Amino acid sequence: MSTATAAKTMTRTWQPLCTRADLVPYSGVAAWVETAEGPAQVAIFYIPADPNTPALPDHATELYALDHHDPFSVANVIARGIVGDVKGAPVVASPIYKQHFRLADGQCLEDESVKLRTWSVSFKGDEVWIEA
Amino acid sequence: MNTPKQHLIIIGNGMVGHHLVEQLVERGANERYAITVFGEERHLAYDRVHLSEYFSGRDADSLALSTADYYAEHGIELRLHEAVTALDRDAGEVVTPQGRYPYDRLVLATGSYPFVPPIPGNDREGCLVYRTLDDLDAIRDAAETASTGVVVGGGLLGLEAANALRGLNLDTAVVEFAPRLMPMQVDSEGGELLREKIEALGVQVLTDRATQRIEDGIDAAHRMVFQDDKVLEADLIVFSAGIRPRDELARDSALERGERGGVVIDDRCLTSDPAILAVGEVALWQGSIFGLVAPGYQMAKVAADTLLGGEGESFRGADMSTKLKLLGVDVGAIGDAHGDRTPGARMFRYLDQIKQEYRKLVVSSDGKKLLGAMLVGDNAAYDTLMQYYGNGLELPEDPASLILPTSEGAPTLGADALPETATICSCHNVTKGDICASIDGGAVDLGAVKGETKASTGCGGCAALLKSVVDHELEARGVEVDQSICEHFAHTRQELYDIVRVEGIKTFSELIDKHGNPETHKLGCDICKPAVASILASFFNEPITDAAHIPLQDTNDTFMANMQKNGTYSVVPRVPGGEITPDKLVVLGQVAEKYGLYTKVTGGQRIDLFGARLEDLPDIWSELLDAGFETGHAYAKSLRTVKSCVGSTWCRYGVQDSVGMAIKLENRYKGLRSPHKLKFAVSGCTRECAEAQSKDIGVIATEHGWNLYVCGNGGMRPRHAELFATDLSDDALIKTIDRFLMFYVRTADRLQRTSVWRENLEGGLDYLKEVILEDSLGIGDELETQMQHVIDNYECEWSNALSDPEKLKRFRSFVNDSRPDPDIIVTEERGQLRPA
Repeated sequence: MSTATAAKTMTRTWQPLCTRADLVPYSGVAAWVETAEGPAQVAIFYIPADPNTPALPDHATELYALDHHDPFSVANVIARGIVGDVKGAPVVASPIYKQHFRLADGQCLEDESVKLRTWSVSFKGDEVWIEA
Repeated sequence: MNTPKQHLIIIGNGMVGHHLVEQLVERGANERYAITVFGEERHLAYDRVHLSEYFSGRDADSLALSTADYYAEHGIELRLHEAVTALDRDAGEVVTPQGRYPYDRLVLATGSYPFVPPIPGNDREGCLVYRTLDDLDAIRDAAETASTGVVVGGGLLGLEAANALRGLNLDTAVVEFAPRLMPMQVDSEGGELLREKIEALGVQVLTDRATQRIEDGIDAAHRMVFQDDKVLEADLIVFSAGIRPRDELARDSALERGERGGVVIDDRCLTSDPAILAVGEVALWQGSIFGLVAPGYQMAKVAADTLLGGEGESFRGADMSTKLKLLGVDVGAIGDAHGDRTPGARMFRYLDQIKQEYRKLVVSSDGKKLLGAMLVGDNAAYDTLMQYYGNGLELPEDPASLILPTSEGAPTLGADALPETATICSCHNVTKGDICASIDGGAVDLGAVKGETKASTGCGGCAALLKSVVDHELEARGVEVDQSICEHFAHTRQELYDIVRVEGIKTFSELIDKHGNPETHKLGCDICKPAVASILASFFNEPITDAAHIPLQDTNDTFMANMQKNGTYSVVPRVPGGEITPDKLVVLGQVAEKYGLYTKVTGGQRIDLFGARLEDLPDIWSELLDAGFETGHAYAKSLRTVKSCVGSTWCRYGVQDSVGMAIKLENRYKGLRSPHKLKFAVSGCTRECAEAQSKDIGVIATEHGWNLYVCGNGGMRPRHAELFATDLSDDALIKTIDRFLMFYVRTADRLQRTSVWRENLEGGLDYLKEVILEDSLGIGDELETQMQHVIDNYECEWSNALSDPEKLKRFRSFVNDSRPDPDIIVTEERGQLRPA
């Protein structure tokens, strides 16, 4: 483990991002977040815990945060993709060229070498907080 | 073992010459040979079969069969624009103006040249031929100052050339020496029908005409004088009266040739000099020249094998059966089409002068085997007949059923009836056995079979047959062709539609709870969510931006605009029928200027405003709605536009008010969500300026009402719409379209255009007519009622969204910041902004 990676992890802090009312259930919105490396665009996805929906793996928080930047189209559009589940994991499909990214870890299903950054995100009351 | 490589020279870089190179590369011949290819033309090998498309939009690059990189990559020296002028067989060298090149083995792939009849005046300026890209450039240049053109030669190539002249907007005539067009392929009855069809396209046809001389014209540049002293004047004359082999190198070096030209080859493509081979249209095999690409490719394959010392299959001649579409007219000839090559042959003939179709079967004297066939006007029966002929299958009891029209459609030969030896793809010589072997070797779908066998990657004519063979063979091996829409539903789109219809389900969550696959997380995915959204909208037409529906939509529907590659959107307001007031045009200009939008006129007669930022969309639409615009659904799988010509209001030829009808139709069906986008057009007379026959719904005015055409398509796979009903009143037209559209919405697959839906519809057009026009299923009223419900519930989606602050929240680029996205960068080009 390099010190640089360790340092990055060290500098992440929890900060408020937006409110519950800004979110769209079963879909995404985009937000700016300040990170140690500078401002970043994040896509926040909200999958409400639903008594009818069987428990999702890694679905502890109902919220996911990924890069809003789509590496395939080089446009900032990930939050505008369709949310779904593919092969057992919740995903978002890029609205431009339709690659799927796992919400939990940002892994692209079509290309092993591509992975979006992810952040921890959770509700504090009606506020949405992110660790960045 | 480092033996020096031998020199292999290939003279000619046409389709067959290039195919030979590919075959050699594929078999690793460049390990053994240093290969040099000479091409006389400046262009690398190109697709001569589709040459006429050069005038309808394709350029030299898109016709090219390969790239210089391909040659370089494989170490092949390509010397284009360097004609070989002599062959020194004693020295083993070829001679060009640039030098002498030694060879150990040599292949003549010099092809053929167009025959120009020895008529005095045939070398006048503006007397041209039709063979190469340079010829086409010359024709195009000459056409610029010409208004009339004549093609000498009414065969296959002559009609191709006539089509090209028409494409250049010349008044075109065809002059044929024989008493009919295409004398090789059709008989006098077929020829007469062909003449009628071609004359109907405005091409003048003169048969039985021998041109005596060409001299100065009075009204045009040239005057052709015929045997009976009758004359024809034209500014441009194109000779297309057959081909002759380019065998002058063989002649000058005393290689054996045929009496009427052509380099004699044996079954291994070897000439009389064993160091030299010949392939393609220069080669004469058992007295025959083969002027088609498929036999040329077969020779190339044999030649490659010979050069590598192989003992593969020899050339055994080729079938000259052909299926053509000339000037939009189907012509097919199989085997002994005239019935004059087989003693005792018997015939069946069918002629329909209304639909203008002619079909003829030539069968053996006992009526059991097909010896040949001739088709004019409709090639639908070709594939089936070709299988009977090519594989020597026993004919059905009543062979006439193969060419007679029947309401159930003619019996087609199922994939299972074909023997293993049946050739499916003649370009690449792939048999049914090859396809089975590829499937047995692990290919599990059509794409894999195509990749492995190359079947259907040549002319593509066998695509439908290949698919049915592959499907059939997969099924026979127990490979279930899974029809489920995605992993969330074990149903097809049609089944989901019926579930929604019968159970009255109104939301995605209810549908997936009741009918989804319990093994999944029931979130759905980007396949089933938009499909279900479309079904729900077709049924209930609730606003797509309602909370229950918004997570189902593609980004385009979500934001009611079309996402472009940089994440901005384009905006297209509805302009019904393409009719727009000056005031509204001004508003579009003002809005575009204010928001920095790139403007472009679309093919559907409206105006597209590109580059709108997400956060600007509500303001843009607010201004557009104020000016009286409404949403254009350019972002949706639904009715896009109804294109129209100006019609009887202004046009001196118009017989009905096409603009009025277009506006009426567009306003009626706008907002109807369907399996795929829908395009309509209305033309005010048979000149068809609105191009209605390339649309899902095409309406063409007649003296008595409207003719309705359905299931046409432009785009990637163009399809002519089919005539569905004639001389309809306004009301009957609308009622018919109501039923047709709802039946399509009900039964089509996801993202299936009407053209593909129609091709897959069992029972075909006749069935569709029964259901829609005769109400054979008794659902006509239901379809109309459902359409009326959708129409009654229409509301402009943008107007709905702008009245709801909750919905407008969605149009923020960032929920916690009003900064615009800094990564959207534009630059100026031709006075407008575009993505940098």
